Amino acid sequence: MADAASTASESRDLDKLLLRPGNLVDPDFEPGTELRDALQEQVRVLVVGAGGLGCELLKDLALSGFKNLEVIDMDRIEVTNLNRQFLFRLEDVGNPKAEVAAKRVMERVKGVNIVPHFCRIEEKDNEFYSDFHIIALGLDSIEARSYINAVACSFLEYDSDDNPREETSKIMVDGGTEGFKGHARVIKPGFTPCFECTIWLFPPQVKFPLCTLAETPRNAPHCIEYAHLIKWNEAHSGKAFDPDNSDHMKWVYDEAVKRAELFGIPGVTYSLTQGVVKNIIPAIASTNAIISAACALETLKIVSGCSKTLSNYLTYNGVEGLHTKVTEFARDKDCLVCGPGVLVELDTTVTLQKFIDMLEEHPKLLMSKASIRYQGKNLYMQAPPVLEEMTRSNLSLPLYDLMDKVPKDILHATGTINKDNKKSSGLRKLRVVFKGIDGVTDMDMAGGA
Amino acid sequence: MAEPKTKYDRQLRIWGEQGQAALEKASICLLNCGPTGSETLKNLVLGGVGSITIVDGSKVEQGDLGNNFMVDESSLNQSKAKCVCSFLQELNDAVKAKFIEEYPEALINTNPSFFSQFTLVVATQLVEESMVKLDRICREANVMLIFARSYGLTGLVRISVKEHTVIESKPDHFLDDLRLNNPWPELREFAEAIDLNVQDPVAHKHIPYVAILVNMADEWRKSHGTLPSTREEKREFKELLKARMVSMDEDNYKEAIDASFKLFATPGISSDLQQIINDSCAEVGSSSSDFWVMVAALKEFIANEGGGEAPLEGSIPDMTSSTEHYVNLQKLYQAKSEADFLVIEQRVRNILKKIGKDPDSITKATIKSFCKNARKLKVCRYRPVEDEYNNPSLPELQKYLTDEDYSIAVGFYILLRAVDRYAANFNSFPGQFDGGMDEDISRLKTTAVSLLNDLGCNGLTLTEDLINEMCRFGAAELHAVAAIIGGIASQEVIKLLCVAMIYMSSLWGNVGVTYMYHELPFLQLITKQFVPLSGTYIFNGIDQKSQLLTLY
Repeated sequence: MADAASTASESRDLDKLLLRPGNLVDPDFEPGTELRDALQEQVRVLVVGAGGLGCELLKDLALSGFKNLEVIDMDRIEVTNLNRQFLFRLEDVGNPKAEVAAKRVMERVKGVNIVPHFCRIEEKDNEFYSDFHIIALGLDSIEARSYINAVACSFLEYDSDDNPREETSKIMVDGGTEGFKGHARVIKPGFTPCFECTIWLFPPQVKFPLCTLAETPRNAPHCIEYAHLIKWNEAHSGKAFDPDNSDHMKWVYDEAVKRAELFGIPGVTYSLTQGVVKNIIPAIASTNAIISAACALETLKIVSGCSKTLSNYLTYNGVEGLHTKVTEFARDKDCLVCGPGVLVELDTTVTLQKFIDMLEEHPKLLMSKASIRYQGKNLYMQAPPVLEEMTRSNLSLPLYDLMDKVPKDILHATGTINKDNKKSSGLRKLRVVFKGIDGVTDMDMAGGA
Repeated sequence: MAEPKTKYDRQLRIWGEQGQAALEKASICLLNCGPTGSETLKNLVLGGVGSITIVDGSKVEQGDLGNNFMVDESSLNQSKAKCVCSFLQELNDAVKAKFIEEYPEALINTNPSFFSQFTLVVATQLVEESMVKLDRICREANVMLIFARSYGLTGLVRISVKEHTVIESKPDHFLDDLRLNNPWPELREFAEAIDLNVQDPVAHKHIPYVAILVNMADEWRKSHGTLPSTREEKREFKELLKARMVSMDEDNYKEAIDASFKLFATPGISSDLQQIINDSCAEVGSSSSDFWVMVAALKEFIANEGGGEAPLEGSIPDMTSSTEHYVNLQKLYQAKSEADFLVIEQRVRNILKKIGKDPDSITKATIKSFCKNARKLKVCRYRPVEDEYNNPSLPELQKYLTDEDYSIAVGFYILLRAVDRYAANFNSFPGQFDGGMDEDISRLKTTAVSLLNDLGCNGLTLTEDLINEMCRFGAAELHAVAAIIGGIASQEVIKLLCVAMIYMSSLWGNVGVTYMYHELPFLQLITKQFVPLSGTYIFNGIDQKSQLLTLY
C-alpha cells in the first residue's frame, strides 16, 4: 500500500489521507495515486471573490492538492485590505485583486495554475460556472451569494418523481465572517438547503426611519445618516454622493458634527461616519483564515471522499470564549431556486390567457389572478393598471411563442392561492414543458431564477 | 508608507486604538514554524504585533513545500525559521521579525530563562513532555502561553496563563442595565412627569418605552402588589400596554411590549458575578491585584449602597423618543452611574489604605471602567498542563466519553496524548511511515488503553474506527487543518493581548474617545477587552463537530 508516498514528496502529508484506506470516510472513497492525480489534473475549482476569504481560499486549495483554480473578482486592492488580504502589498494598491492574488499564489506553490477573472460575476455566462466541479464562495454580500446560488441551482435537474439528479448538483462551499464570528457551509443543491432556503439566517439590515433622522435624532448614527441621506441632497442638487471621495465624506462628517451639537448628541467621529455611510463590516485576518480553511478542508473532503463532510452549516463565534456549532438545516421544499417547482405540461398552441386559467384548476397550484414572469420579464401583470395595459396584448399569444419557442423552461407565477378555503398571495415556480417537441424528456431543469 | 491607521481600519473597529497599541507592544515567540506555527504568525503579523521571534531548528524539505505557504522551492535545505521569517517580514514592515535556528526542545531543556523576554509564547507541534516543561517555565516567568497542534484531521488549542481577568468584555447579547423593575427616585420622577394620556398624538408616540414601562409597572403594582410574574400575568400586562396605544403605528409602544421582559427580569446580580465576589481572591491583602481590590469594593457596594445591585452601567439603548426625552434620559442614567462610581471609588481608596497600598494607586479612569462593566466581569483561570494531564477531572472525562456529541472530540483528546506516549516508546508516530500499519494500530490501541487506565477511566474504550483514523493520519500536518488551528490560536492570542488603555485623568466623556495612541505616553492601564477560550479546544476535521473540553 501507498508505496508511491514518499517523505521526499510535496504531497507527503496529503498522501496520508489520499492514499490510505480509512474507516470514517465517504462510501465512494477510493484511495490511491489515481485519486491524487485526478485531484491535481482534472478537478477544477472556482473561487468567487479574491478578498479576505478569497486570498486564503486560493492558498488553502493550492496547498490541498488542487492544481487547476480560477478566481473571479471585480475589485481593486485598497489600503484597508492589507490587514488581512495577505497576498497583497502596499505597492499593489489599485491593481485588480484577482490578478495579483493568482500571480502571488502561483509564484509560491509549484505546479498550480490559477486563471484570474477581473470582472463582475454577472458578466460570465452560465456555461462558465457549469465548467467547475465545485465552487468556493468568499463573498461579503447577500446579493452576490444569491446570484451564484441561483446559477448553480439552475444546473440541477429533477426526474419525473421530483427527485433531484445527483450528477447535476453543483456543490458550493460558502464562508462568511464579521469580526470574531463566521460561518462555513456546504450547499449541495437538491440535497442540502441552498442559500435561498435559509435566507432568513441573514438578519434584515438596520435602516433608520427618515422621520427619526429628520425630526428626532437620538444618537451619532442618526446625525450621520441625516447628513448623508438628507442634507447632502439639499446642498448638492443632483450631484451624487460618492463614498470613496474623501471630500464628500469630510462634508458629511462636518454636517453630522453640526447636527450632533445642535441636539446635544455625543459620539460623532470621522471613523464612525465612514463606518455608517459605507456600512463597513469589521474584518480580521484570523477569522478569515479559520473560515476559509474550513471551506477548503470541506472542498478537499467532498471532492476526494477522504473523510465525512460537514452537514451542513458551521458557526464559529470567538467573541466571548470560543463556541463552534454544526447545525443541520433542512431544505425548503417549496424553494423557488432549488426546489423542483410544479410541472405543467402544455401544447404549443396554448395561449397565455388559457395558461393563466389553467393555473386556477391545477391541483397543486389553485392560483387565481396570476401574473406571469419569464426570465425576469413580465409576460402578464394583473396590476398596476399601467403594466396590465402594457402586457394585455400578450394574453392572446401562445405561451410557446412568448417563451421564445424553447421546449421547456421555468416560469414564475404570482397570484392568489385558494387552499382549504383560505386565500393567500403566493409566488410559485413552474416547470413548463411543451408536448411533442424534440429533445424533451420527463427530466427537467430546476433553476433559472 | 500608508498611514497605519488606514491599513488597520477594519480591526481598529473591533479592538480600538488601545487594543492596537497593546498588540504593537507585544513580543511574541513562536516555537516550530511548520504550517500551524507559520499560519498563526501570519495572522498576527498582518494585524501588526510588535515583534516576532521564530524558533525552529529544522531545514526545509520537499514535503514542507506542499503544506507551508511561507516556504518555496528556493528555500529547500535552508533554515526553515529563516525562510518563514523573511516571508512574514514581507507582509508587514512595521513588525520586528527575527529567527533563531534551534530546536525548541533544546531551549526548553537548556535555556529556560530565554522565554522570560516575551509577552507571549506560541508553542506549536510540541509533544507532551515538552509542553509540561514549557508550561512550568512560562508560569514561573509570568509569560502567557498558548499551545497549538495539528495532527491529521484533528488538533488542539489550549491556553495556559495563571489568571486572565477581563473588565471590558464585549459579550454579544447582554441585557441593558435599565433598572425598570427597581427604579431609583430620579428615574421614577422622570417617568411620573410624563403623562401617558397626553392628548397630542405626536407627543404620545414619542414617549420613550422606559417611561412607559416604569409608569405601567407602578399602575400594575397598585392593583396587584407585585410585578407580573406568571405567564398569564405577563401576557395580561402586555395586553394592557397594547390597550394604551392610540394608533397602530406607535413604535414606542411596540418597543415597550418587546422590552417588557426587561421589567420581568429578576433583580440583583448574575450567578457569574456572585461567583466572582465570592472568590477567595476577593479577600484582599497586600499582594492583591488591582482587579481584586476593585472586586472587594464592588462586593461591599452590592451589600450596602447597591442594595443587591451592581453599579449602574449608565448607558441606554436607542429607542423611539423625542430627542429631548432621550437626551434627558441619557443624562439621568449617566448621573446615577457617576454617583455609584463615586461610592465605589471611595471604597477602593479605603481598601487600598487598609492593605497598606497607596490609596491613589488605581486611577479614577480604571475604577470608572470597572464600574461601567461590573456586570460583565470575567475571570479566566487555566490549570497547569501537568495537573490536567496527571489529574483530569474524572467525572468530566467520563461524561465526555459517554456523550455522543463529545465522543469523537474526547477520543481525539486521549489519542493526541497517546501518540506522544507512543512516540516516546517507539521513536516515531503511529502510521508516520508506510508499512506496518496493522502493528501500529494495535500498539496505539494498547497505549491508549493504558493511558485511560492511568487516568482512572478503566473499562472505557475508544472506537476502533478512531484509532485506525489516528494511525492513518500518521502525524500529517495538513495545510487546511493547520490554517484552522493556527487561525484559532492567533485569534486567542489577540484576545489575550488586547487591553483597553485608559487616559489617566479622563473624565467620563473621555473614556473611549480615540487618541492617536503613539502620541500618548501617559496612557495607563489597562483593562482587558476579550474573553479567551477556556479548556482545551479539540478540532474534529471529520465532521467539524469540534468541542471545547473543560477537564478541571
